[in-house]
Amino acid sequence: MNILGKRYLFFVISTVFILVGLAIIVVDGLPLAVDFKGGTLLELQYSSPNLPGTEEVIAIYKDYNFEEVSVQTAVDTSGQRTILVIRSPFMDEQVKGDIVTQLEAKTNGQITVNQFESVGPIIAEQVTQRAAVAVGIAALAVVIYITFAFRGITNAFRYGICGILAMMHDVLIVVSLSAIGGKLFGWQVDSMFLTALLTVIGFSVQDKIVVFDRIRENSTIFRKLQFEKLVNHSIIQTLQRSINTQLMTVEFMLLALALFGGITLREFAVILLVGLFSGTYSSIFIAAPLLVVWENKEWKNWFKKKETVAG
Amino acid sequence: MKRRYTNLILILVLLAAVIWIDLPSTSQIPLINKSISTVLGLDLRGGMQVILKADLPEGSEITSESLQVARQILENRSNGLGVSEVVFQVAGSNRIVGEFPGASNAEDVIEQIKQTGVLEFVDIGDNLYNFLPGDEIITDFASTTKVTAVPSPDSLGTDPDTGETEKPVFHTVMTGIDLKGIGVNSPIANTYEINFELTSAGRDIFAEHTSNNIGKFLAIVLDNKLISAPTISTAITEGTGTITGSFTIDEANALAVQLRYGSLPIPLVVEQIRVIGPTLGQDSLEKSLIAGLVGFILVALFMAIFYKVPGILADFSIIIYALITFALFRLIPVTLTLPGIAGFLLSTGSALDANILIFERLKEELRNGRTLSQAIELGWKRAWPSIRDSNIATLITCSILFWFGSTFGASFVKGFAITLVDVIKHPENHLKWFGI
Repeated sequence: MNILGKRYLFFVISTVFILVGLAIIVVDGLPLAVDFKGGTLLELQYSSPNLPGTEEVIAIYKDYNFEEVSVQTAVDTSGQRTILVIRSPFMDEQVKGDIVTQLEAKTNGQITVNQFESVGPIIAEQVTQRAAVAVGIAALAVVIYITFAFRGITNAFRYGICGILAMMHDVLIVVSLSAIGGKLFGWQVDSMFLTALLTVIGFSVQDKIVVFDRIRENSTIFRKLQFEKLVNHSIIQTLQRSINTQLMTVEFMLLALALFGGITLREFAVILLVGLFSGTYSSIFIAAPLLVVWENKEWKNWFKKKETVAG
Repeated sequence: MKRRYTNLILILVLLAAVIWIDLPSTSQIPLINKSISTVLGLDLRGGMQVILKADLPEGSEITSESLQVARQILENRSNGLGVSEVVFQVAGSNRIVGEFPGASNAEDVIEQIKQTGVLEFVDIGDNLYNFLPGDEIITDFASTTKVTAVPSPDSLGTDPDTGETEKPVFHTVMTGIDLKGIGVNSPIANTYEINFELTSAGRDIFAEHTSNNIGKFLAIVLDNKLISAPTISTAITEGTGTITGSFTIDEANALAVQLRYGSLPIPLVVEQIRVIGPTLGQDSLEKSLIAGLVGFILVALFMAIFYKVPGILADFSIIIYALITFALFRLIPVTLTLPGIAGFLLSTGSALDANILIFERLKEELRNGRTLSQAIELGWKRAWPSIRDSNIATLITCSILFWFGSTFGASFVKGFAITLVDVIKHPENHLKWFGI
């Protein structure tokens, strides 16, 4: 099996997916949740599908000087459209209580507050900064660690850089996915998303290390072998493990979570599902091929593969 | 051979203990009286989380000590209101996170406890305004421009918008943070006074101010309302003082309580609120448990079918791993949240990764014609570096997540990080326990 032979095909596939997501982000922006953007999310559970109209809700909010208000309905666990999700600027508990009372008066029915999240603008900004710092530090720490772990072999630094490039690929895949999900299903980028993202980074690196470790081991065994063949051989050796751990165990868990885990966990589970898959995919189809591209210095002849290589 | 049996017995004993801890009916370890319970996060049981931020001007210093004091006061107040199981934690350098499990009247609670109760000792000079208890006093405490002299009534400008006379702003000499001890005393029958003791920092400030302002009034102000305005009769240099006034015993006690517990050292504002309804929490809990069970059965089946006997052994080791982890969560205790459960499930999947790495290595070595015991030895040895390195990478990202979670009280995130860190306790050794 010659996986490396088709390396540019895989580069193109990933690039296309990422570009779709990035295009959505350029047009619509990333669908940030109140965690990062600040503001209020109020999710109300009505006892019947007799929900107040959007206009009515906005009118009530206007009385409290809230201008930018968006109202959505959602389906509850029994499939009935009895949930109202209202997004508005930041408010405190007192105002929320008043608004809920007013809404209750509109429909003469009991309303349960399923969720109320209100985030002030300053903390939102700081959380966003911290999030960026967290992702940055994670990336940096991982490069340093890989470089350190592979210090014994030639070009240890390359492994670090290729690992990071592949990891950035995974991050971009996840970001693109959430942009696409935001467009299609109204997903939001919240602190759960960040958790998923950092987990993807962790697992992605874990996976790259397993593949790199094989290359490290093989390069001491087969000293004479051409680098490209060596890498291809290493990938095939670890392929079974990659499929078994990633697809069969971790992804099974996540699939179960996505299917049965309830609304709150679904988005999180899907992002992890795709992200961890991408982590495995990129170790085989991005990270290792990049090592070969680097070894062969393929940029010198416009990324043409060396012809001497056979499967 | 003998050692192997000893190990097996040890494992069985440990396992029995762990299962006993995991049982829902177990609530306490006898002898050491350590209580055991499963702590569910707000997202699973419903409740309110609120983040309060110190409301001080940019650049003012907030000591961790004053945050701790504020935290304690908030907790006392909440308990005073009869709200159970409230937890307040200091988060980062200027925030306090409060968690109210299952609180249904959260609005009222928050409104009451966040009443700042900032106690200030304010220099009002000769009290030319004739302030009476209950009057509003504006101070420079929360503003960046400090007042240096007591404003006289003639020097006040008029507000260009309303045409009213501007309100005077006075200087805050000291705040409640410098109070150490408070007591009520009755020197003569039916008169009451409040004695207070100051911290060393407070003593210096107070000594300097009182020696320079003998005969002037020093207003005691709580939440911008004048409580009493005693005159400074002598310089107070020893760090203790007395507040006299026409107090009844009840008033004196109330004031003492306000001074002792009631005053937050720093004003706080609500910066973030999260309320999860109890039904949503219950729903999430049930569904995630079902999902976890389904996922686990799938994975266990896969391992058993694909790897046969070793796979079944790995399943056993994973069950033991899960039992031990859950027991630890109950012992420490670790708060279980929704992402926490997800992280836990993920960690079991990932813990199998180590097993699979070893099994795949083992198969390879067998194919290369080694004997079973050689293959096990080699498989273990060769799979180890990648298991080690990859787990350290996960640990790195988890600790970063943990840091992120702790600074913002995003305890949901923190729960995830903690449970995932369990990955490091990979049951690589479990296979060896079983003696293969």
